[in-house]
Amino acid sequence: MISPHPIAALIGILIVVLSIASGLIWIERRLLALWQDRYGPNRVGPFGLFQVLADTIKLLAKEDWIPPFADKPVFIIAPAIIMVTVLMSFAVLPVAPGIIISDLSVALLFFLAMSSLGVYSIVLAGWASDNKYSLLGGLRAAAQMLSYEVFMGLSLMGIVLLAGSFSLTDIVHAQQRIWFIVPQFLGFLLFLVAGLAETRRLPFDLPEAESELVAGFHSEYSGMKFGMFFVGEYLGITLISAMITILFFGGWMGPVLPPIVWFLIKTFFFLGLFILIRASLPRPRFDQLMAWAWKLMLPLALANLLVTGAVLLAFYR
Amino acid sequence: MFSIVRTLWDVFLHSFQRRVTRQYPEQPAYLPPRWRGRIVLSRDPDGGERCVACYLCAIACPVDCIALQATEDSNGRRYPEFFRINFSRCIFCGYCEDACPTYAIQLTPDFEMSEYKRQNLVYEKEDLLISGTGKYPGYNFWRVAGVQIDGKDKGQSEREEPPTDLRQLLP
Amino acid sequence: MNVTAFYIAAAIAMVSTLMVITRKNAVQALLYLALSLISVAVVFYDLGAPFIAALEVIIYAGSIIVLFIFIVMMLNLGKRATEAEGKLLRPRMWIGPAILAAILIAEVAYLLARGNTTAAAANLISPKQVGMALYGPYLIGVELSSLLLMSALVGAYHLGWHKRPKPEAQDVGREYATRIDAGRDSVRVGSDRSAGAA
Repeated sequence: MISPHPIAALIGILIVVLSIASGLIWIERRLLALWQDRYGPNRVGPFGLFQVLADTIKLLAKEDWIPPFADKPVFIIAPAIIMVTVLMSFAVLPVAPGIIISDLSVALLFFLAMSSLGVYSIVLAGWASDNKYSLLGGLRAAAQMLSYEVFMGLSLMGIVLLAGSFSLTDIVHAQQRIWFIVPQFLGFLLFLVAGLAETRRLPFDLPEAESELVAGFHSEYSGMKFGMFFVGEYLGITLISAMITILFFGGWMGPVLPPIVWFLIKTFFFLGLFILIRASLPRPRFDQLMAWAWKLMLPLALANLLVTGAVLLAFYR
Repeated sequence: MFSIVRTLWDVFLHSFQRRVTRQYPEQPAYLPPRWRGRIVLSRDPDGGERCVACYLCAIACPVDCIALQATEDSNGRRYPEFFRINFSRCIFCGYCEDACPTYAIQLTPDFEMSEYKRQNLVYEKEDLLISGTGKYPGYNFWRVAGVQIDGKDKGQSEREEPPTDLRQLLP
Repeated sequence: MNVTAFYIAAAIAMVSTLMVITRKNAVQALLYLALSLISVAVVFYDLGAPFIAALEVIIYAGSIIVLFIFIVMMLNLGKRATEAEGKLLRPRMWIGPAILAAILIAEVAYLLARGNTTAAAANLISPKQVGMALYGPYLIGVELSSLLLMSALVGAYHLGWHKRPKPEAQDVGREYATRIDAGRDSVRVGSDRSAGAA
């Protein structure tokens, strides 16, 4: 159940994940700039690498303002929740053989549980701000994330059927012969969309939607509390990319290179994909978003589950 | 569905396109000669100040950022005792240049005048005066104006005829 | 089974449930309720039922309480609601429930004192076992609850169904036709000429 070096893995994963998440701020801005034929941040340090550091210093130096009309304890706890839930999810990710903090037997469910708890952060932030735009953002987040969670879990059940286990390590081992992207292509697409919606990335960033809700749930946030939401979002993207790698692309498996390198390569590929999607696609209307979730994605996920189960029953009894 | 994939691909292809950003401080921007930038006070070819402190620029200025005080030197030439432009107010409209009868005040193609302190944007006469003639080389107001100064009597200007003797009846 | 973890989680569950009752602000009360459910999930995990623990967090803490908060957020409860909540906390209001709860506690204490408690499951219950149990001996229960949920779903659908009044039928084609009809009366090209002049 427990990895050989849990403390070392804990510290290592924490450091790597946090540096990836903050580095993503720079990567995303550079990539977006690349795809918009610009340069992006290239002034602070070599290639603008220290931009993150400068941003952090700026955020820390800003006034940490809590509006007098806000619900103070909830207002403060909200940004912490997103960081905690996402970081907890990293505890069950098998990065490479032996590099895992806790090899839980229900790791997949744990991941889903943590991502469903992440909703609280957004909803409470929107509610505690006592601002109509924030409230609308919070409401949108609650509805969106609840709806997309439903088929996020369902889209993964096909994989659970194939691997016969909720344990992520077992799922990776089950992909020795063939990556699950091949038998579960529909599941992959559904999970990708759900992952985008769960992390509130750009095509589905309706809870913040600068152009209509003036940053939605974090309108009233400033300083490092805002920074927590910011980093939390990037942590979420990293988490979803790592999950896609584990669930559909064989985790650490790959020829020649050491396992951890393969894992990082795959994860970064999906991070790039997330940013590319952000660079390309416009935001849907909210009713379209909900209609897709319930009228398209959910039936597709159920059909995927049904077909997978039927095929397994018919051929692999 | 297909259109989404197509969009993603098209955006991805932009990775191989030329970037349109100009790396500004290293690659300076081209400014046309008539660019309305930092205001200067120019001099005559002989080195004297062109400004005759007529206040037309201060009157023309829509934001009242020009302040000056006229005085006269021992040769009878008018000149500004002080000449002050507050560039934190200036909108670089160029009306002062249009109003100037002596081509003294000119706008130049330069905009790099940031300061950390707002006070430093108030330029005094010694900051504004340049040693050259600016856009109008060879023009010398005091040589063409029919004003009497030391060393140049009435009728001695360029293309100026001697003053008419009003007591004489002959044409 | 980790006894310390069990007692800590159980204590948190009890304290937070107490807070649920005493909070006057509905959202804060719901937050404590979520905390209580999460700590119960920890208790489940500690007792060797990780599957149930995960489901508890996903379904109760992650979905149902979020829905409650969603509703409460939309209700716009103001000062009046808080005052009404305050009235509910007067001794006369809670003396009845307190007596009933005391009877329950006495019952639990009696059972505990008799020492006739079955030991908590020492072995870990895997998701597979849960599935086998659900779709084996307890199949009827699963089917019944699914029927119940189905009826709830249909009911919710019925409640949420607005019969929208159909917008006034605008027969564009006919309007166009009448316009053509009207056009028939107007002067046509060439109609002003007499036949002989041509």
